[in-house]
Amino acid sequence: MAKSSLDKKFDQIRKREEEKTFSTKKRSRIVNKFLNNRLAVLGLIIFTIIILASIFAPLLSPYDPMRVDLRSMRQPPSFDHWFGTDSTGRDVFTRVLFGGRVSIFIGLGSAILSAVVGIAVGCYAGYKGGWIDVIALRISEIFMSFPQIILVLLLVSITGQSLFNLMAIFILTGWGGMYRLARARMLSLREEEYVQALRSFGLSTFTICYKHMLPNALSPIMVNITLSTAMFILTEAGLSFLGLGVPLNIPTWGNILNVAQDILILQNYWWMWGPVGIVISVFVLCVNFIGDGLRDSTDPSQQG
Amino acid sequence: MKKEILKLRGVKVHFPVQAGVFNRVVGHVLAVDGVDLDIFRGEVLGLAGESGCGKTTLGKAILRLVEPTDGEVKYISLDDNETELTSLEKKEMDPFRKKLQIVFQDPHSSLNPSFTIFGSLQDPLKKFGIKSKEERRKIIGDLLEAVNMRREYMDRYPHEFSGGQRQRIGIVRALCLEPELIVCDEAVSALDVSIQAQVLKLLMQLKKEKNLTYLFITHDLSVTEYLCDRIAVMYLGRIVELCDSEDLYNNTLHPYSEALISAIPVADLDKQTKRIVLEGDVPSPVNPPKGCPFHPRCPKATDICKTEVPTLKKYSTNGNEHYASCHLIDLPEIS
Repeated sequence: MAKSSLDKKFDQIRKREEEKTFSTKKRSRIVNKFLNNRLAVLGLIIFTIIILASIFAPLLSPYDPMRVDLRSMRQPPSFDHWFGTDSTGRDVFTRVLFGGRVSIFIGLGSAILSAVVGIAVGCYAGYKGGWIDVIALRISEIFMSFPQIILVLLLVSITGQSLFNLMAIFILTGWGGMYRLARARMLSLREEEYVQALRSFGLSTFTICYKHMLPNALSPIMVNITLSTAMFILTEAGLSFLGLGVPLNIPTWGNILNVAQDILILQNYWWMWGPVGIVISVFVLCVNFIGDGLRDSTDPSQQG
Repeated sequence: MKKEILKLRGVKVHFPVQAGVFNRVVGHVLAVDGVDLDIFRGEVLGLAGESGCGKTTLGKAILRLVEPTDGEVKYISLDDNETELTSLEKKEMDPFRKKLQIVFQDPHSSLNPSFTIFGSLQDPLKKFGIKSKEERRKIIGDLLEAVNMRREYMDRYPHEFSGGQRQRIGIVRALCLEPELIVCDEAVSALDVSIQAQVLKLLMQLKKEKNLTYLFITHDLSVTEYLCDRIAVMYLGRIVELCDSEDLYNNTLHPYSEALISAIPVADLDKQTKRIVLEGDVPSPVNPPKGCPFHPRCPKATDICKTEVPTLKKYSTNGNEHYASCHLIDLPEIS
């Protein structure tokens, strides 16, 4: 009797099992699941391209992002200037590349640092409870009750515009959200019986809350990191647009966009603000895709 | 000769009830309100009672997962050294953590979903001095085989297992440090009846092999009847009756136990049972009734029950010790 194709497949599986070659892939389950998510992979690819392009900006463009060239003002996109030039003759493509360095650094850096602070405080306080929790909660409320713009204005007027001031303010105002997220997850997780079981072994608080509980609290936090990366990039763009963010001489995506304040430029010279707007949107979208992918792949109960 | 492994004296667990803007303490939930209990080495002690009577809290108080408000929990080692556990510092408690373990009720929340079985079980072993990974894998693998599971399962994640399998993994976790006493906190209540029997059989087999003592917390008296050597019945944070399991069924002294036993379904159509239906709910443990806590629901309550709190007194049935706290028992008290 001829073997059906299913039988053949099954024989192969059995053979591999006998030879112990079955599932010898050492790649981690999380990576596998992430790679199966097409949108996330696409997001990661574009994200990597934009970051690499920013890092290697001097190799990709012959121009200096700061150099004024009055002979080639407001030129439309051409082979010499891919995204055209701005009102002082600077190459927009070069400025977008160099601007990415600062914008991404601010966005990603502030998001990650505020997450680190928020998670560190939130996990411990949420698990321990008691007065530590009360104090941490009140402090976070104080920081969250200040409007970002006022804080920026305050700091800019005291110490002047600078990149690190901006990041410091983003972290100060941003860690509260992460803290609350982490704390809320910990509050519900600490009643789970596996946590009680770990306590019944007398394991240290640090091992229990950072090693065993944190991975289960991470998926909403991951998503939040990506969302706040996007938000910080947009806020930076917004603040720079208003002239409050990064000093205007440093190219950032926001500073490039700044020119669109002029109605003349907005109407007639689309290349000065269009490409950079698209780059910002694409980057933010990619970061969100990656966040979604991470959330799905770190959730162990979802098959991938 | 029976030797104690644990002595509980006047154990109380009170949870504060907070209210108002300033979280003022307005009262206490008397979850466990003065429990005296001896647990002997090698026995299976059942702890029965309805929901909310403090069984689980008592079990957790023994392990200090819940800090007792008052009272003593004494551990007696094999060479008769007594240690009072409730006053120990966190670090000093460690050697006793090894001796006392717990199996939880809900197999779905008792395993960490982010770790493989080995991943979540290895930290306790590491902490208690098993340094090499091979050794840890061997210990866990052996135990998995002891609960009729395959060694390879240690590299799987909890969501790949069924409820009964998870519960057996929970037992592996409790066993991995070779404890002397295991608190089984409703260990089989969440399982199907057929799986219940399987897990109970396994527990009894392990008890024999490893000389374990069980404190078996349950609300299902039909389970305790076959498993336990002695049974303690709790009501509203107190023990109301404590005796050999046979005596509980044949010579019931406390009216509450009577009502519980009459509620066990009997698979015999011809047998007429007199069902005692208790009126009302368990009174609030925040504000327990004066006198005997059971008197508002007791079918036999008299005037003395409303005013005086009965104490746990010693009687004798069938030549065995039999403790009960009720004013209406007309047996001679033994001092």
